[in-house]
Formats: sequence, C-alpha cells, structure tokens
Amino acid sequence: MNLTILLILLIGLVVSAVVCAMLSDLLKAAIALAITSAILSVIMFILGAPLAAVFELSVCAGMITVVFISACSMNRNRTKEEHAQRQKERNKRFIMLPAILFALTAILVMILRPYINDIAPALNTTGGGNVQMALWGDRQVDLLGQIVIILTGVYGVIVFFKEKEADSK
Amino acid sequence: MSLLLALFLISIVLLFAIGIYSLLVTTNLIRILVSIEILTKGVTLLMIAAGYATGKMIEAEAYVITIIVIEVVLLAIATGIVLGVYRDNGEIYTRGIKNLKG
Repeated sequence: MNLTILLILLIGLVVSAVVCAMLSDLLKAAIALAITSAILSVIMFILGAPLAAVFELSVCAGMITVVFISACSMNRNRTKEEHAQRQKERNKRFIMLPAILFALTAILVMILRPYINDIAPALNTTGGGNVQMALWGDRQVDLLGQIVIILTGVYGVIVFFKEKEADSK
Repeated sequence: MSLLLALFLISIVLLFAIGIYSLLVTTNLIRILVSIEILTKGVTLLMIAAGYATGKMIEAEAYVITIIVIEVVLLAIATGIVLGVYRDNGEIYTRGIKNLKG
C-alpha cells in the first residue's frame, strides 16, 4: 500500500519537475515548483519526517513561490505572440530532455536490478520524537551557523532594497 | 537493496538530470534559480532516502531543515541580485548582460 502510494508520488514529483523546467511562463513554472515541493513534503511525511515536511511545505511551497511570483511580476508582460514564440523556442531546447530521462531510467533499472532483494523495509512512521534533541542538543553549532546565514540573507535583502530606494531618488 | 530505495535512487538521479539540463539550456536568470531549486529538491530527497535507508531519520530531518534554511537564504539573495541586474540592464537574459565584458 505504502509502496504504491510512494511510487505514484515519486512519478508525480519527477513529472512536476519536468513540467516546471519546460514551461515558458514563469508564473506557471513557479506553481509547478510549488507542486513539486508539496509532493516532496508528502513523501517526507510518509517516511516519518513530519517536522521537515512542515518546513518544506511552508517555506519551499509557500514562501519561495511568493518570492518567485513577486520577481515575475516585476518583469514586463509579454504579448500572446511573444509568449507562443518563447514556448516554441523552449520546446526546441528541451526536446532532448524526455529522451535523456528515459535513457537514464533504463540504465539505472538495468544497473540496480540485480541488487534488489527486498520490496521495502518497514517504514519508520513514529515521527520526529527526538528531532528537537537532535537540533538543540547535538547540533548547536549548526544552529548558530543557520542563524548567521539567516542574518546574512536579511542583510543582503536590506542592501538590495536600499539600492532600489537610492535609484528611485 | 530494497525496491523502494531503488525507486528513490532513480527519482533522485532524474531530478538531478532535469535540474542540470535546465541549467545548461536556459538563459533566463529567474529560470536558472528555478533550476537550482529543482536540484535542491533532489538533494532533499537524497537526504530523506539516506535517513530512511540507514534508519537515522531524525538526523536526516535535522539536516533537511538546515538545507531548507540555506536554500531560502540563497534564493532571497539571488532574487535580489537578479532584480538588481534587471534594474541596471533592463534585461533578464544572460545574453543581454554585457556591462562587465569591457
């Protein structure tokens, strides 16, 4: 049961990533990326990582999509003809991608087939009982690093917005 | 190796292939960020699959949270840089950014 669901989710993950890469409209690509993140978060939840799943869903599917959509809104709008032309060009560039993916899948199936001796080990669905301990106890230095990275990000955003204000003056 | 792990491995390789191919053929700066995001999804799935395979899901979960934090900061700064490039050049395609060519 779990294996079937996971197989469907993994296929959905790859298909939504392909759609995200191939669409010429940035808005639709951002939405496809959000769907990819949402599917990934469901996979994480099934595999027993609920805290990471919530992070993925709220931050990657939510916040990053908003950032992309706000960035898209700052570009000029294209006419329908321009849009069709762009999609044509994009389809030409991505014509090799399905073939590459198919070939990769075939090669991997051939390589991995002799090593498969089990269907699926029992899933650990007990959840993130000790994630807090792992984060706050074992990885305090990493947390400090994360705080520094977040502050660096905030500083970067502030610098760019200041530059924008200076430009507008 | 279990069948589920093999499926994970195939999905991870496909996600990497999609991200790298998209990075190679695209010239739009925002689209380059989208490609990096797809690559990051592959890394996240790899971490989760590794945690599942080794039975150390809690550690994997902690690492995934770190990856997500770094991903968001990278994206925020990169989007700021892209918008700055767009303001300066009026162009979001890599072909049109020629100011530093001399």
